[in-house]
Amino acid sequence: MKEADVQQEPSYLGAPYGLASWLLTKDHKRIAILYLISITIFFAIGGSFAAMIRAELVTPQGDFLTADLYNKVFTLHGVVMIFFFLIPSIPATLGNFFMPIMIGAKDLAFPRINLLSWYIYVVGATLTLAAVIMGGVDTGWTFYTPYSSISSTTNVTTAALGVFITGFSSILTGFNFIVTVHRMRAPGMTWFRMPLFVWANYATSLVMILGTPVIAITVLLIAAERALHLGVFDPRIGGDPVLFQHLFWFYSHPAVYIMILPGMGVISELVANVSRKQIFGYSFVAFSSLAIAIIGFLVWGHHMFVTGQSIYAGLVFSIITMLVAVPSAVKTFNWTATMYKGAVVWDSPLFWVLGFMGLFLIGGLTGLFLGAMGLDIHLHDTYFVVAHFHYIMVGGGVMAFLGGLHFYWPKMTGRMYSEPLAKVASMLVFFGFNLTFFPQFIVGYMGMPRRYHSYPAEFQVFNVLSTAGATVLGAGYLMILLYLVYSIVKGPKAPMNPWGATGLEWKIQSPPITHNFHETPVVTEEAYDYLHAPAPTREVTHHE
Amino acid sequence: MSNSTSPVSVAKPHPKLQSHFFSMDQQLEASTLGMWVFLVTEVMFFGGLFMAYIVYRHMYPHAWVEASAELNWKLGGLNTGVLICSSITMALAVRAAMIGNRTQQLINIALTSILGATFLVVKFFEYKAKFEHHLVPGPHFDPSLEQGMQIFFSLYFVMTGIHALHMVIGLGIMAYIFIQAWKGTYNAEYFAPVEVSGLYWHFVDIVWIFLFPLLYLLGAHGA
Amino acid sequence: MSSTLPLFPPSASTVAGDVDALFFFILAVSAFFAVLVSVLILYFTFKFKGKHGEAGADIHGSLTLELIWTGIPFVLAMVMFVWGAQLFFTLAKPPADAMDVFVVGKQWMWKVQHPEGVREINELHVPIGRPVRLTLGSEDVIHDFYIPAFRVKMDVVPGRLTTMWFTATKTGEYHIFCSQYCGTKHSGMIGTVVAMQPEDYEAWLAGGRSTGSAVQNGERLFTELSCITCHKADSSGRGPTLAGVFGSTVQLNDGRKVLADENYLRESIMSPQAKVVQGFQPIMPTFQGLVSEENLLQLIAYVKTLKPAEPASAPVKK
Repeated sequence: MKEADVQQEPSYLGAPYGLASWLLTKDHKRIAILYLISITIFFAIGGSFAAMIRAELVTPQGDFLTADLYNKVFTLHGVVMIFFFLIPSIPATLGNFFMPIMIGAKDLAFPRINLLSWYIYVVGATLTLAAVIMGGVDTGWTFYTPYSSISSTTNVTTAALGVFITGFSSILTGFNFIVTVHRMRAPGMTWFRMPLFVWANYATSLVMILGTPVIAITVLLIAAERALHLGVFDPRIGGDPVLFQHLFWFYSHPAVYIMILPGMGVISELVANVSRKQIFGYSFVAFSSLAIAIIGFLVWGHHMFVTGQSIYAGLVFSIITMLVAVPSAVKTFNWTATMYKGAVVWDSPLFWVLGFMGLFLIGGLTGLFLGAMGLDIHLHDTYFVVAHFHYIMVGGGVMAFLGGLHFYWPKMTGRMYSEPLAKVASMLVFFGFNLTFFPQFIVGYMGMPRRYHSYPAEFQVFNVLSTAGATVLGAGYLMILLYLVYSIVKGPKAPMNPWGATGLEWKIQSPPITHNFHETPVVTEEAYDYLHAPAPTREVTHHE
Repeated sequence: MSNSTSPVSVAKPHPKLQSHFFSMDQQLEASTLGMWVFLVTEVMFFGGLFMAYIVYRHMYPHAWVEASAELNWKLGGLNTGVLICSSITMALAVRAAMIGNRTQQLINIALTSILGATFLVVKFFEYKAKFEHHLVPGPHFDPSLEQGMQIFFSLYFVMTGIHALHMVIGLGIMAYIFIQAWKGTYNAEYFAPVEVSGLYWHFVDIVWIFLFPLLYLLGAHGA
Repeated sequence: MSSTLPLFPPSASTVAGDVDALFFFILAVSAFFAVLVSVLILYFTFKFKGKHGEAGADIHGSLTLELIWTGIPFVLAMVMFVWGAQLFFTLAKPPADAMDVFVVGKQWMWKVQHPEGVREINELHVPIGRPVRLTLGSEDVIHDFYIPAFRVKMDVVPGRLTTMWFTATKTGEYHIFCSQYCGTKHSGMIGTVVAMQPEDYEAWLAGGRSTGSAVQNGERLFTELSCITCHKADSSGRGPTLAGVFGSTVQLNDGRKVLADENYLRESIMSPQAKVVQGFQPIMPTFQGLVSEENLLQLIAYVKTLKPAEPASAPVKK
């Protein structure tokens, strides 16, 4: 590393290096990088499954893949993207890297457990990949019983165990974050001085520790049912297959908030920065994260409006589902108001913010259609649902992840990427995404069910549009991968604060030293104090 | 909770103070909070099973009583007593660590381990009897039994099995802190590992205190 | 594909228009907010374009604004909730005069049985203008019976019976989809609803091969399976009489009271010990594995026709 000779202390990337030092690291920043590499690999795997799905659906007939293979492909797309990409995406990478720095800590409370969580993730992922190599699994990522427990002949047990194990990695991350926020804040870093990204990760962690154990036990029961013939959900011996859905969605609905809450945290950082202004309604944005995390635990039954569950249970789930829309709306309005009378700089972070807002708006609003019970009967399990959750989880979640990655890239790697390329890529992703998923709302309302290998001819035009969009989207993602990797090799060195941002993470060198701070910081001002923020430095200033 | 983060100037840092903490107090508080948070996840983990138990007990009240009567409440009761004793010895071990009494630590940790192992041995004989009586769910399950009983036994094996697994992990932890105590690691300034191990052990005992009446005592009032 | 590109499914049932109306209401509200926020953001982006080193205005928030934009979405969400719930109640409560059709899902086909005994596979012929109530059972895994043109859908769950209803309003052929993933040929588990003029429907029924009506088949099974030896017409049998049991409230021997609906009858056949009627012993064997879902539906159809000898003897509760 060339920086070494101009810096007092080598950065976390620098000393010591060698594979062993990375694989045995206890540094939260290095673990974040390990996670970043892992989830990128899984994003690529999940993405190639998506490409196969879109290729199959170009024509109404099932001609590109066999029905059996198609079912395995969409199952693996879901399993890989949700459990191995989206859930760890922001918390385990950006959260892991920046949350301790933002509160002025030298590391997470339990560095060894942090590393353990990555190894658990790797073991779970390996097991799931083993299930793929052994022939795949075809239950859908939802593992609905009794299909998964008594009907499917694929490697459900292995995949379920993979998901079970990976759950613990998420539990350990959440657990580490909660203790860190409670016990590791620097002097003066009160709860209401914390950046909103920290609040969002804290709320996410609550969901992780409360929800993940329930899905862990649920998929374990599936594995036990297949391997040991313990029949808890088997209707042949009097079991209730819908009970599985209750236990599954008790986790998996809040899991959606695991995927979007940290993204909302990232956007709060970015909106304040691009507007160069204090975030509008800090405490409302902070508490809306907690509200979403808590209310989100009470809405799982809206996945079961058509299972014949009690009407009155349905009413309760429907009204709470409508309520959870309110804190999301509050956040959106606060972000909008933050830009009012700002000094909006047109750097690349702005483009990610605009893209996120557009896609998240559509994703959030279409949730209202599905929360209204009478309408959900028609829309349930159609492409309308597919489009809705992709707008939230990919439109919102991945856009925010990419926005955060671009914003923090200089700090993480010490390198700058090309701003014009980033702007082009953000627009490619935005338009490609809309072209892919907007037609799915229409075809969904027309009645096309999800998970269909072949479909009636009148749905073809929308599927062709979708596939065309997916091509653009894929190109956008690939482009980002290329210029970011290129920046590591050839990018100009990043200064300490390229965006002129506030926050402790921008007051330390890029990339940071192993213990983040030379001296424990003492916090005296509120977050987002852009009135006194430094101007961005684009030149590398040599440290003494 | 907010004043715990203030840095305490320690002239000579304790050898067990990890470098990212300011003080031993902060480190202890982090460990203890960490264990509590972990136990919350454990509650949720067993919570899913208890939920299934409640749903099916409501669905098959008669089968539940019948199936419960097949369990040996005397052995279950014995095990309850064994675990309560082990919680007492565990609490004594934590106290011994806090005052730095090495002998008392070793004795109490050993007693806790022996009681834990006793529990598992009794459990083994109970399981063995279930296999002999065709009460293990699956193809060998006694088909003459009424619907719902098989689900009871599925839940029985999953719940007690996972509980037993927690006991095995607990014994592993006991072995670790026994070795550390042997080396004289714990004293009034550094006893966090013993304390959090104690929290874990008590939690596993409490789970059993719930499992015992829910599984064993339904038939006691006569079917 | 037709020359004009369809963007909207056909509306061919009495509820389709209501569902579409709610859809357009939510669409209008959503479009309003999507446009409002998008325009504001873009306007602010251009209007307040700044340079590096500048700072925005010193604004921290406004409680009034927070209350407004918490309150308005809340009210709108509640309107959507009430509207959606009302519609759901309509969809959940079939009219009393609905004609009963049984549907059994299995991997990967739909088996339909009309009340008069005509059976069909992957097709469902219905008359327009008359409410049709489907009772759905599954032989293997969870399926879902979905008719987009009618805006109705219901899961078909093994181990229980579910119901749905519709009144077709326009003649024509419409898609039936299985919309709950059920294995390899999930996308092949499709069919056609043929909505016909009532007189055409009668003609179609008359031309179909009938193997006896559901009730007749159920009666035959009731004898063949020896149900009749215990469940006698009077109260002299070892089991309770089934006359008038459907729709009544049954007192169980553990003190509970249950409403005898289709699912209660189903459970009493498949797991008789789960709910034992007060005053009787739990001696009935299970018929799990001995009765197919179709036979079960026929038995239930027969039991539903059993009326008490003296009309006032059983407490009939609707």
